[in-house]
Amino acid sequence: MTDFATPVPPEIEQPRAPLAETTEMFLHNHAAVAGLIVLVLVVLAAIFGPSLYGVDPYEMVWAPFTPPGSEGYLLGTDYLGRDLLAGILAGARVSLTIGMAAAIMSVFIGITIGAVAGFFRGWVEEVLMRVTEFFQVLPTLLFSMVIVSLFGASLPVITVAIGLVSWTAVARITRAEFMRIRELEYVMAARASGAGNFKLIFRVVLPNALPPIIVQAALMVGTAILFEAGLSFLGLTDPNVVSWGQIIGSNRPYILDANYTVTLPGLAIFVTVLAISLVGDGLNDALNPRLRAR
Amino acid sequence: MMFTILQKVAYSGLLLLAVIVLNFFLLHAAPGDVADTIAQSMGGADAETMERIRADYGLDLPLWQQLLEYVTGVLHGDLGYSFFFNVPVTELLLERLPATLLLVITAQLLALTVGVLLGVISARRPNGLASHFVTLLALFGYSAPVFWTGIMLLIVFSLMVPIFPVAGMSDATLTGGWWAHAVDVAHHLVLPAITLASIFLALYSRLCRASMLEVLGSDYIRTAKAKGLSEGQVVVKHALKNALSPVVTLAGLQFSAVVSGAVLVETVFSWPGLGTLALQSIIARDTPTILGILFFSSLVVVVVNLITDMVLRLIDPRIRTGVA
Amino acid sequence: MPPDPILEVKGLRVELSTRSGTVPVLDDLSFSIDAGETLAFVGESGCGKSMTALAVMGLVPHPIGRIASGSIRLAGEDLTRVPEKRMRAVRGNDVSMIFQEPMTALNPVYTAGEQIAESLRRHQDMGRRAAWEHAIEMLAAVGIPDPRGRASAYPHQMSGGQRQRVMIAMALACRPKVLIADEPTTALDVTVQAQIFELLKDLRRETGTALILITHDMGVVAEMAERMIVMYAGRKVEDGMVTDVIAEPKHPYTRGLISCVPHLAEVLTEERPDLTEVPGVVPPLTQFGRDMCLFSSRCPLADDKCWEERPPERRFGAGHVAACWHAEEVS
Repeated sequence: MTDFATPVPPEIEQPRAPLAETTEMFLHNHAAVAGLIVLVLVVLAAIFGPSLYGVDPYEMVWAPFTPPGSEGYLLGTDYLGRDLLAGILAGARVSLTIGMAAAIMSVFIGITIGAVAGFFRGWVEEVLMRVTEFFQVLPTLLFSMVIVSLFGASLPVITVAIGLVSWTAVARITRAEFMRIRELEYVMAARASGAGNFKLIFRVVLPNALPPIIVQAALMVGTAILFEAGLSFLGLTDPNVVSWGQIIGSNRPYILDANYTVTLPGLAIFVTVLAISLVGDGLNDALNPRLRAR
Repeated sequence: MMFTILQKVAYSGLLLLAVIVLNFFLLHAAPGDVADTIAQSMGGADAETMERIRADYGLDLPLWQQLLEYVTGVLHGDLGYSFFFNVPVTELLLERLPATLLLVITAQLLALTVGVLLGVISARRPNGLASHFVTLLALFGYSAPVFWTGIMLLIVFSLMVPIFPVAGMSDATLTGGWWAHAVDVAHHLVLPAITLASIFLALYSRLCRASMLEVLGSDYIRTAKAKGLSEGQVVVKHALKNALSPVVTLAGLQFSAVVSGAVLVETVFSWPGLGTLALQSIIARDTPTILGILFFSSLVVVVVNLITDMVLRLIDPRIRTGVA
Repeated sequence: MPPDPILEVKGLRVELSTRSGTVPVLDDLSFSIDAGETLAFVGESGCGKSMTALAVMGLVPHPIGRIASGSIRLAGEDLTRVPEKRMRAVRGNDVSMIFQEPMTALNPVYTAGEQIAESLRRHQDMGRRAAWEHAIEMLAAVGIPDPRGRASAYPHQMSGGQRQRVMIAMALACRPKVLIADEPTTALDVTVQAQIFELLKDLRRETGTALILITHDMGVVAEMAERMIVMYAGRKVEDGMVTDVIAEPKHPYTRGLISCVPHLAEVLTEERPDLTEVPGVVPPLTQFGRDMCLFSSRCPLADDKCWEERPPERRFGAGHVAACWHAEEVS
């Protein structure tokens, strides 16, 4: 009987640091990088813009409805003769702050509920998932409107009103990840070595469940900005604080005279949220191990 | 099968009950006495009215008894009295409900049909023009604030090129038969429906594309091709029916978001539905009305979810016969 | 003088475009099959067996794959030259196919009866009722108990064996001239496998359909087929009557495959104490089409010539063909 040749083992690719690989994947996604650049610019404008530009967004500086470019006002003035550029810069602060704060809150609630439900299973999960479904049935904007109308239109109330209704997607994703991960060997091993539930949830399972949650959290910021814009468009915001949605809402009756007072702040929202969603998509591709394997 | 449907109905009932309880606690959690909260819409009230409110809501009873009365009241269709509009809340809402239903259902169906159509077209050519269009549309639909989209459409199609009316649901000066009125309402409906559909259209077309791509790669599609069926039959009869389930499921889940979006769209186009009413009642601090709207819209969402469930059963025999 | 073969494939070359260029996944393949005959295609996965089936069905995945040259004549008509509309009329009617995975090859949202009846309506000009009745007859013919009841069942309500029977009923509904069965039993239990093969044998006897059986299992070949073709890396390496090939393989790859099956190997080398597998893997697609014997990397007989020149097909006795420079040394 003859012998068959021994096959040569295929070359094994050296594993690399996951963070480096994720960063590289992200940087290869041109749309995501563009989104990130825009986002950084928006954040810088929100932080330094108002003091650099130095025009009070609340004060009448020129005749109402001065078109963009004329009289040295780059974006013109609104129906009260306030500088639109100053308003958009000041609004960026409010929109981004509330967007971030509400997103952090909803991610926090979502992770907690999803993690507990996915980790403990049983009746705990049953109850928490029913609560989640309940919040999915409530029309979120209406619910926030009710909260704002009952507790007053201050920025903290608005933030809470948004965060309180936006966590369901994060909770669902977290729960699904937890249900998957808790059955894996290393969790079993940690459990066998006597780790408590708290440690298991936050030190063992959560870090491994993070990638899809991070993506969702990034997208949440965009959703929260849109949400805040919607509320302030309706006038349900602190009347003494300028924000993008509020500029649009208050200038809306005058679109016949000057539509740029509505178009431009809307564009600011659109571009910001677009940048966030491009970054989110890029993160998704970069963090998705299935895609990376290709 | 009958059993699971009954279960669903019972469960939906429980969800609504939870909304009623939430409403009750919201009313009580607001700063100040319930009577104060309600009287706000009148800018305060005389002692007699305050007494009447206190009696209506049974404010001298223990909290659990108040809750019980509130729940039984709502279950009997009593959502309280609007001192601002001076009518019972239920009456007010029933009057405004059809306009909102017309808007949300039209928008949802529009988003679904166009979304599925775009999804199917782009799935057949993943690198084609339609596919890139769906990607762009998805980005736009996610990123553009819906009220801004509405205003932009208004500026272009009502002010610059006046094809569509600026506001409202019908032309009060119109004479003619019911047909003329129907056409008039449809004419007013075009822009609001497109605006509201724009958010969800993107979502549905993207999911439909992904779902179609997955289905088109499956073994039973190869079987269908091996039977000698035409491409159209393969795509529509064999692929689409399978690809539709996740889209319909998502559409059901999104319905409460459609209702939320309708609040903004109604405001932009002065559409006389629950959304504009919600804003009016908030400005007027008319708490019973705004809580009633929250309940009514939850009711609409729950009913639509039940209908979605039935549709899913029609599409997918695996759900119908109880196998996941 | 034997009758003209029902299906005759000549010089078939199917190319697939990959990232590293165009590669021939079928390279100069010729074979023929007569009515009522069973021809087995054998080889590891990735050898081009399934691609052969798809080429005959006119289902080469578009646009990454294409038939570059050669002909596929079904009863004289060259299927590589007919328009798609004609091909659709042939598919499922004159040539039909049973796939590997009965669990996923049936559409989950239609009943078994509907999926069979659909073919009949499409090709046999039957009305709804007639097609449905015929579908029930087909279910009875493939041995499904209570065919009338099962016709209204959905795939998820059936066992794997039943689903494969439905697939067979679907494929045979229009009495095709050629039936291609691509690993029809790999996903099924051993006992069910035997039943399905019995069924295929019976049906072939009754209908006179030519059967192309694709498998990697030499045991199945010995049991089912009259003739066999061994494929390796897109090329035919051996072709002949099953009895001849098993008794006296002329290609080292065939020999390796045979020795994987204990009771076949005993006939071959009685003194052989151990089971010999064929170590190594099929070469990567990028190597396909090179002017060399693609089996060289795994062949104990390989010498410089094997690495430098593709061996031609050579005849050994009646209808026994092999492509190996060292054919004489194999057995």
